[in-house]
Amino acid sequence: MAKNENGKADIVPAESVVTGTGVVAPDAFTDPGLPPHRPRVTDLDPKAAKRAERVVYTLFYLSIAASVFAVYAYMFFPIEPENVHSVRMNTLYLGLGIAFSLLAIGIAAVHWGKALMADKEAIDHRHPVRGTDETRARAVEIFRESDEESGFSRRTLIRNGLIGALIAFPLPAIALFRGLAPMDVDPNNELKHTMWKKGLRLTRDPQGTPIKASELTIGSAFQVIPEGLVDLPEHEKLDAKAKAAVLLVRLKKEDLHWSSKERESWSYEGIVAYSKICTHVGCPVALYEQQTHHLLCPCHQSQFDISNECAVIFGPAARPLPQLPITVDSEGYLVAMSDFTEPVGPSFWERAN
Amino acid sequence: MSTVSAPAQSGVVGKFSNYLDERTSISGAVKEFGRKVFPDHWSFLLGEVALYSFVIILLSGSFLTFFFQASMTPVLYEGSYVPLKGIEMSAAMSSTLDISFDIRGGLLMRQVHHWAALLFVASIGLHMLRVFFTGAFRKPRELNWSIGFVLFVLAMAEGFTGYSLPDDLLSGNGLRIIDGMVLGLPVIGTWITFLLFGGEFPGADIVGRLYSLHILLLPAFVLIFIVLHLMFVIIHKHTQYPGPGKTEENVVGFPILPVYAAKAGGFFFLVFGVVALMAATVTINPIWNYGPYDPSPVSAGTQPDWYIGFADGALRLIPPHLETYWFGYTWSWNIIIPVLILLVFLAAAFAYPFVEAWVTGDKREHHLLDRPRNAPVRTAIGAAGVTFYAVLWAAASSDLIATHFKVTMEGVINTLQILLIVGPIIAFIVTKRIALALQKKDREILLHGFETGRIVRLPGGEFTEVHQQLDAYDRWQLVSYNDNAPIMLRPNPQGKITGGMRMRASLSRFFFEDRIAPVTQEEYKQALEHAHH
Ligand code: HEM
Ligand code: FES
Repeated sequence: MAKNENGKADIVPAESVVTGTGVVAPDAFTDPGLPPHRPRVTDLDPKAAKRAERVVYTLFYLSIAASVFAVYAYMFFPIEPENVHSVRMNTLYLGLGIAFSLLAIGIAAVHWGKALMADKEAIDHRHPVRGTDETRARAVEIFRESDEESGFSRRTLIRNGLIGALIAFPLPAIALFRGLAPMDVDPNNELKHTMWKKGLRLTRDPQGTPIKASELTIGSAFQVIPEGLVDLPEHEKLDAKAKAAVLLVRLKKEDLHWSSKERESWSYEGIVAYSKICTHVGCPVALYEQQTHHLLCPCHQSQFDISNECAVIFGPAARPLPQLPITVDSEGYLVAMSDFTEPVGPSFWERAN
Repeated sequence: MSTVSAPAQSGVVGKFSNYLDERTSISGAVKEFGRKVFPDHWSFLLGEVALYSFVIILLSGSFLTFFFQASMTPVLYEGSYVPLKGIEMSAAMSSTLDISFDIRGGLLMRQVHHWAALLFVASIGLHMLRVFFTGAFRKPRELNWSIGFVLFVLAMAEGFTGYSLPDDLLSGNGLRIIDGMVLGLPVIGTWITFLLFGGEFPGADIVGRLYSLHILLLPAFVLIFIVLHLMFVIIHKHTQYPGPGKTEENVVGFPILPVYAAKAGGFFFLVFGVVALMAATVTINPIWNYGPYDPSPVSAGTQPDWYIGFADGALRLIPPHLETYWFGYTWSWNIIIPVLILLVFLAAAFAYPFVEAWVTGDKREHHLLDRPRNAPVRTAIGAAGVTFYAVLWAAASSDLIATHFKVTMEGVINTLQILLIVGPIIAFIVTKRIALALQKKDREILLHGFETGRIVRLPGGEFTEVHQQLDAYDRWQLVSYNDNAPIMLRPNPQGKITGGMRMRASLSRFFFEDRIAPVTQEEYKQALEHAHH
């Protein structure tokens, strides 16, 4: 007996399944059955059928021609060294040849199916997805028998031992993956230090030439890397740069507002150096707006205010960009007073301790 | 065993088939599947597009593997692309440039691969929407929805890992963002990034590792899940749209051999042809314009591939300053919250079929699809979900929106923040209203016929428009749908009402209280009589 959970009077027990909230009215309309079949033009008019046939085989032959053309294009539109135009021609003609050979097959096959193949609708019958009661009973029986024969539930020590062993055996694999990261490196330490240290000169990215304080006019900005970075082996170079990249700007001194005398001493004559690595998720904060003294991160539009110690004024970043304390050496070149005083870049769990 | 003589086994084909069958019993498969019926509808093609684009991806990707070097070893670029000559870059980037500029057809194959990848994810998304809005996920297909969902996630993972392989500026930036996001996760974040990148970002390992995932593990999983997915399609047989002659017990359509094979096979070539046409004529991912990865420069307006947009948008919509220090550790709410939002959104999509099944308590098999209007609340929930996704997606282009429409960045973000919450609610209400209105209109047409546009003058002098009744087939089209009514809260056999029951009752009210029942024969008769007076 079918039952709707409300058991209202207007419900017909249609099948022996729970219909839940489903409602079937007793005097619902009944299915009129499949509408009469309508023949196509190609069924009625032999000329139309002939035409369709012609279209189909012509397309197949055109496809062959297009494939041959593609091979031709491969040979006769070669790529000439240092000639971008030749790359474009090679891509275009080879691609067009392949595309047309494929499209022609596709159109022909679909047209064949639609216009020429018998289009009488066919009907399949569905069976419930569940096995028949008989099958299910036999399945249960099989499990019961094999339990009996193996003693799986009876011999609990064996069973529990098996389960335990199966849980334990993948553990070494987890241990193996520890090797993905170097063994002797503490991430916490790595993330907290950069290449900068006392006396290291600020140099131009990418040339690596040092910068004199006098070279900075008010409003100018420099992309900066630490002295010696360019001489590092290539990999260490990128790793180091990903933490040490700095943006150097000179503002009018009165445009800079400081929270303490000490902070102010990290700047030199209105020249300030800030980490270029966004405190959100680490993109380079590359856009400097001269009028507003704002730095903009292109990735998620966090904005930092240089005149206020690079405080976040908009966007998803949570913390100001760290400032690199700078001064000048005896030759007038800008140098770092120390490393950054806090970790640069995105936050991480152990950052505060 | 004696051979039973099958019909004519002469000729080459006959002999060959006999040889094969005697070793594979393939005739059984042909008998079983050869005439299996498939219903026909354009919306059933979306899944096919996904399948075919995966095949195209496999073909073009295999070609690329012969030339691509998944290595971050620095090399001096010495290929044909003059502006980058002599520049230091990874072997990955350099070999991708070689594929593009020094190997005939290489650029074409790269572009086939990338366009097919975009099509792959897009068609999976649309296919999911079709399944959702027609209720094709109902019993017995809930598990196949789960499998499909896994495929959707795998496809995004495939896309992201692929996008990161060439090691150009954009792919490096994408990885930087992933690194920053993972770093922000509580407790495990730092270690996960170190394991992933083999140390600090960017390190020298990530491209090689992503390559293993991209061409080995992920495709293997995609393949396994596709096989499972299609196996279930065969076990369940395809759903069909309701209509005269279509019942829960039959499938009306065309047999695999020959019609369906011709159409579906032809369709594969059409999809492949369109992808090839795109690849021949439209540039995608011109890495030579971006240059090799360098942690310092980045250009404004850079975009991830479209399917990653919603995640990027979620990151952008978080208000500033959301970070706390608790118990000596850093809690990056600006990462944790968007990650949770995305996970909850995906979990909701995953769980929906099970929730609806619980609410309706319907244990019948459903092989006839719902027209979206006939399940107003489900359709409205879907619309709300689409809106939510769309707002996140728009947020990923907030900078482009701001510059394009000459409005402030702040204005765009604040508007989208509000829209993210209000938008889905409005979408829900509007969609539900529209669905109910369409249902009412169906009733109206059924009871009073449709307007013919013919005006006649009655003997009394008034004018009226002639209404014509529907024929039995069209009428069936409008009345044959699933009708549900909210459940009444009744004590269970133990005489108790549990919290779960209460919840279910109120959810069923939420789903079905605005119920427009199909017209019954009695109502129809009355309407006819009424019209004749
Ligand atoms: C189903 C999922 C897949 C998706 C969504 C996908 C997506 C991508 C994307 C977006 C790229 C970047 C291409 C570019 O430079 O524009 C890529 C690169 C690549 N893919 Fe796949 N891919 C998939 C499967 C495969 C498979 C199965 C293979 C190999 C058998 C493969 C081999 C490659 C190779 C070698 C590259 C790097 C070469 C290059 O960038 O030009 N991919 N993939
Ligand atoms: S990385 Fe700078 S705003 Fe996200």
